[in-house]
Amino acid sequence: MKDIIRTFLRRPAGIVGLVLLGLVCLMAVVAPLVYPASPWEMTGIPFSRPGENGMLLGADTLGRDIASGIVHGARVSILIGLASTLTALCIGVLLGCISGYAGGAVDAVIVRFTEIFQTIPSFVLAILLVAILTPSIGTIILAIGLVSWPPLSRLTRAQVRTVAQREFVQAARCQGQSTLSVVVRHVLPNAISPIIVAGSLTVAAAILIEAGLSFMGLGDPNYMSWGYMIGSGRTVIRQAWWMSVFPGLAILLTVVAINLVGEALNDALNPRISRA
Amino acid sequence: MPIISSLLAKLTGIILTILVIATINFVLVHSAPGDPALVIAGQSGDTDVKFIEQVRTEYGLDQPYLVQLGTYLGKVVRFDLGYSYRQRRAVSDLILDRLGPTLLLTLTAFFLSLIGGVFFGAFAGLRHGKWSDLAISLVSLLLYATPVFWLGLMLVLIFSVQLEWLPAFGYANIRAASYSTFGYAMDVARHLILPAVTLSAIYMAVYTRLMRSSLIEISHEDHVRTARAKGLTEGRILRGHMLRNAAVPVVTFAGLQAGALIGGAVVVETVFSWPGLGRLTFDAVTARDYPVLLGLFLVMSVMVIAVNLLTDLLHRLIDPRVGAH
Repeated sequence: MKDIIRTFLRRPAGIVGLVLLGLVCLMAVVAPLVYPASPWEMTGIPFSRPGENGMLLGADTLGRDIASGIVHGARVSILIGLASTLTALCIGVLLGCISGYAGGAVDAVIVRFTEIFQTIPSFVLAILLVAILTPSIGTIILAIGLVSWPPLSRLTRAQVRTVAQREFVQAARCQGQSTLSVVVRHVLPNAISPIIVAGSLTVAAAILIEAGLSFMGLGDPNYMSWGYMIGSGRTVIRQAWWMSVFPGLAILLTVVAINLVGEALNDALNPRISRA
Repeated sequence: MPIISSLLAKLTGIILTILVIATINFVLVHSAPGDPALVIAGQSGDTDVKFIEQVRTEYGLDQPYLVQLGTYLGKVVRFDLGYSYRQRRAVSDLILDRLGPTLLLTLTAFFLSLIGGVFFGAFAGLRHGKWSDLAISLVSLLLYATPVFWLGLMLVLIFSVQLEWLPAFGYANIRAASYSTFGYAMDVARHLILPAVTLSAIYMAVYTRLMRSSLIEISHEDHVRTARAKGLTEGRILRGHMLRNAAVPVVTFAGLQAGALIGGAVVVETVFSWPGLGRLTFDAVTARDYPVLLGLFLVMSVMVIAVNLLTDLLHRLIDPRVGAH
């Protein structure tokens, strides 16, 4: 564990990512303290420029504070990113384990199924799911989870297949341990590190999908989100650049941070696979 | 006959995929809160009782689920994608009308990102460790994390609002109908630049990273060292021994990205008011026009399958080993 942390910290990019991500998480945590009013509340004069009327990043078309929206939006992005990745991990790891460990016809069917899901345009399916099930935090998480699992399933399958061949797994099987116990206690722990890395990158992708959904008007109407802010500022971009620029920068920085952390994690957890 | 059997396998795969997608549509309609007939009718405010009844009998909604699924699949096979009650037109007509602009945009972006990615990736890979490599890597890292619709807005801000070089939205000028054929094509091309660059930029970033690492890997291989030992110039080594090999994983990956590309087209067309399937998706989302959304999902999935076949072909062209076995 110590070695892993040391390798992680040796990469400056990883530290930059971790610091950025820490800032975003801090923003999410302190949002209600810094901006106690709801980000939907019209607190200022519409179209205030950044710095005007006591608004650090300006106001939107209805006089809502952009800075407040960004701070509160961090909560939604982080929450949806993590929860939908967890959903995707549950589906992907489960299917990947079954497919990789069972082999044979079961494997063939699951692989085919995964391939089909990988062909489907995932963002369009997410749009369809959220639109039909009506937009809410729950349906957004479900939709993003449902479209994000195929790469995780493929990776888990490949990992499980290699680990299952190893002697200690065969030894456990010879001892008469149940399949479930062999998979959960011996195979998965030794197959998990690349899956963790892929999972961290899935969080970044999920945040981008969430932004796209709320940009299309499919966000939860009760929560301020960055994608929604860009979407509502889109039509007035000629007059008011700040309404779209700042939320976009927030998404960009968050996703870069997660990707940097994911890559550093990759180097730390999979020293042999990592690129030179 | 390996070719025929592989073709057959491919065809079965395609049919299977389309069936699965149609089934997803069917399940979605039935898992929606409320009456499936209302979903099919597009939940229009002025719910016409007669129309709802008509939908109910047409889709056999009083029949068992399996019969209903059969009816629905039968309709899909005949390219009957339902009727948009809001736009008062058949969904298939709406989609066919918008197909051209989307194909133009996505195919341009597809090739632009492939060519750009291979070029920049090779450039960075050859200058491994130098500042130009670092700059390209940094830019691709940032682009990879950029929401595509936001990138589009930023390009509009720079190239349309500030510099006034390129049109910010639309497919052609209002007066374009009076132009000559060449003038019209040039006008559309001018309108195409920003959306195509926006849509391709992110994939270009992905392919650049991939091409770069693949080229660096290949530069250490024996056959490249042999070529260098023979005294070939660096340019010939690159063209004759490295580029093709390094581009193989890029093309494979590009095929996998086809679905994401079409998803990206949805938001890019929304930003630029590009009159394609993406814009139609946005309008259908806004109006909660479910039959159009369901039809779009099906057609876009078929487009992804087509792009997959295209990359398969490209793959065979640049890597003869693929067709051999």
